[in-house]
Amino acid sequence: MNLIELRNITKTFDLGEVKLQVLKGITLAVAHGEFIALTGASGSGKSTLMNTIGCLDRPTTGDYLLEGVEVSRQSSNARALIRNQKMGFVFQNFNLLARTSALAQVMMPLAYGERHIQRKEAQKRAEALLARVGLADRMDHTPSQLSGGQQQRVALARALVNNPPFLLADEPTGNLDSKTTVEVLEMFRQLNEKDGLTILLVTHDPKVAAACKRVVKMTDGLIESDAMNGGNAP
Amino acid sequence: MMNWIRILIAACNALRRNVLRSALTTLGIVIGVGSVIAMMEVGNGSTAAVQQTISSLGANMLMVFPGAAASGGISFGSGSTMTLTPGDAEAIFKECPSVRAVAPVVRMRTTQVVYGNRNWVPSETSGTTETIFDVRQWAVVSGAYFTARDVRNAACVCLVGQTVSQQLFGREPAVGKQIRMQNVNLRVIGVLEKKGSNMMGRDQDDTVVLPWTTAKFRISGNSSGGSGGSNTAAAASAGNHKTYPGSSTGLYPAVAATRAQNSALSVRFVNVDQIMASAASAEEIPQAMEEITNLLHERHRIRAGELDDFNIRDMTEVGNTMASVTETITRLLMAVAAISLVVGGVGIMNIMLVSVTERTKEIGLRMAVGAKAGDILRQFLAEAVVLCLFGGLMGIALGRGCSMAVQEFLGWPVQNSVAAIVVSVAVSAGVGILFGFYPAWKASRLDPIEALRYE
Repeated sequence: MNLIELRNITKTFDLGEVKLQVLKGITLAVAHGEFIALTGASGSGKSTLMNTIGCLDRPTTGDYLLEGVEVSRQSSNARALIRNQKMGFVFQNFNLLARTSALAQVMMPLAYGERHIQRKEAQKRAEALLARVGLADRMDHTPSQLSGGQQQRVALARALVNNPPFLLADEPTGNLDSKTTVEVLEMFRQLNEKDGLTILLVTHDPKVAAACKRVVKMTDGLIESDAMNGGNAP
Repeated sequence: MMNWIRILIAACNALRRNVLRSALTTLGIVIGVGSVIAMMEVGNGSTAAVQQTISSLGANMLMVFPGAAASGGISFGSGSTMTLTPGDAEAIFKECPSVRAVAPVVRMRTTQVVYGNRNWVPSETSGTTETIFDVRQWAVVSGAYFTARDVRNAACVCLVGQTVSQQLFGREPAVGKQIRMQNVNLRVIGVLEKKGSNMMGRDQDDTVVLPWTTAKFRISGNSSGGSGGSNTAAAASAGNHKTYPGSSTGLYPAVAATRAQNSALSVRFVNVDQIMASAASAEEIPQAMEEITNLLHERHRIRAGELDDFNIRDMTEVGNTMASVTETITRLLMAVAAISLVVGGVGIMNIMLVSVTERTKEIGLRMAVGAKAGDILRQFLAEAVVLCLFGGLMGIALGRGCSMAVQEFLGWPVQNSVAAIVVSVAVSAGVGILFGFYPAWKASRLDPIEALRYE
């Protein structure tokens, strides 16, 4: 069974007089353990596709099966729980809470789970994850006291705190310099290879795309190419 | 329950992240609640002070008059019989809990007073007991009141009002002077404070007050002499015994107990023209009237259905004035309190709306990581309620502080009000929910995609 199965997804935005079709029939299957780059020029629809996969947006037509379950037509609350349990988000601009310690940032998604997790246990999990991304000595630091790479690593720890099967990364290296880009990509690769985490990474940087095992290129609301590559480091 | 505690803790943490803004937001509620409490406490104090002032005018006063006598179908009007005794006054004081003080009054008809080569006829000369000064709330400016002992001994002493003092003694001190009233020498032992005219325009300072025993037995020399106009009635009523001046007050004939129980009390050797009583408070006037009525029914052996031989009057008009003053003050304060709380609430709503806009990205992120609309709603609502409750607590401290300062530095009377505290805390929590709901609802309706993209 595929982790993600998109069947003929379309998305049309109604802008009053004009109807704008952004996705024009996307069919895509992602198996467990894949490391995919979603590329394309801006306006090609990759962000909309990403939002649809991330259960933030609903397709106009088509089916979206996550672990074999149709999720695009479920209630908002059910989809909120799916976002909480099944996927992690990493954003280009990190989206960390201001004036909040790294530890609290990582613990935050645990508050929205189905069952309540004791504070001690939550803290233990967050500490373990922060240690894993190499920030064991920065747990009390607020975002303004962290570098860009460190901030993105906090965001990564936050995305993984609920042990989701897959990670959605929207231009995760867009705001990072080339050195930290390499570090973050290396971390992604390790998570993919050692933990079997499925990663879907949106980027328009060919070097970043080249670090992934599979590259899906979008043009004008359709998939133009879908190819495997060697997964070489950029 | 646990869930709510967690949400409140999270709200406190969120508010702590921007202390200055949270503090400024609560300021509206702090001032609102503080002003409610200060207003209520100062207002209650003022109301009590006003009430006391008005009651010193005699608002709490009850006057018991003897009933009307009728002879051959001709009524002689109120006060024309002699049914009240000093014993009635004592009994009222002892047995009516709603009555604070009682004094019997013997009125003397226009009596000339003489000092040296001057003379004057006070418009009112009354014989009473030492309790009259408490009943009428009347202080002395010099000298002293007469005492219970003076009353018992029918001492030849008196107090004079300002007008009498002026007329007889001019600028000389009145205390210690001997004046003559119907050939009885009276020593002036005190001068009463100026009271001005009463509501009917009569000069209240044109008065001489002396023990009723002195008035009754030494001066008028007539134990049964009623007030003006009662002569016919006095003549008509049976058993009129003349008592010699200077005799003691023990004038009741010895009557067997059983006979006394069975016979109507027709003979009174000592009557008074009026009994003045002061109710413990304005609210207790009706109760006091009922207690006095029941007691006098019993003492005068009046059965149900029989006509009363006494009348009780109160100062209804003054009482009404007092009630309306109190009500007006209370309403005014309520209005001010309501306005300040609404202003505080609008302040909270304003800041919460700003906060929602400012934290759009945070809301989007929380939604992306799995917060439901309800979670966001509860979070912002909890923040508003925490702000309001915190503001309420600060407001209690501020209000209490203000009222204490007012008492300390301005000397205004203040009355602590627990009700004000309870009400204002409840209202501040209510304001938090009411004015926090719209921003919270707005936050929960945000589209996570747009919220995440918001700059």
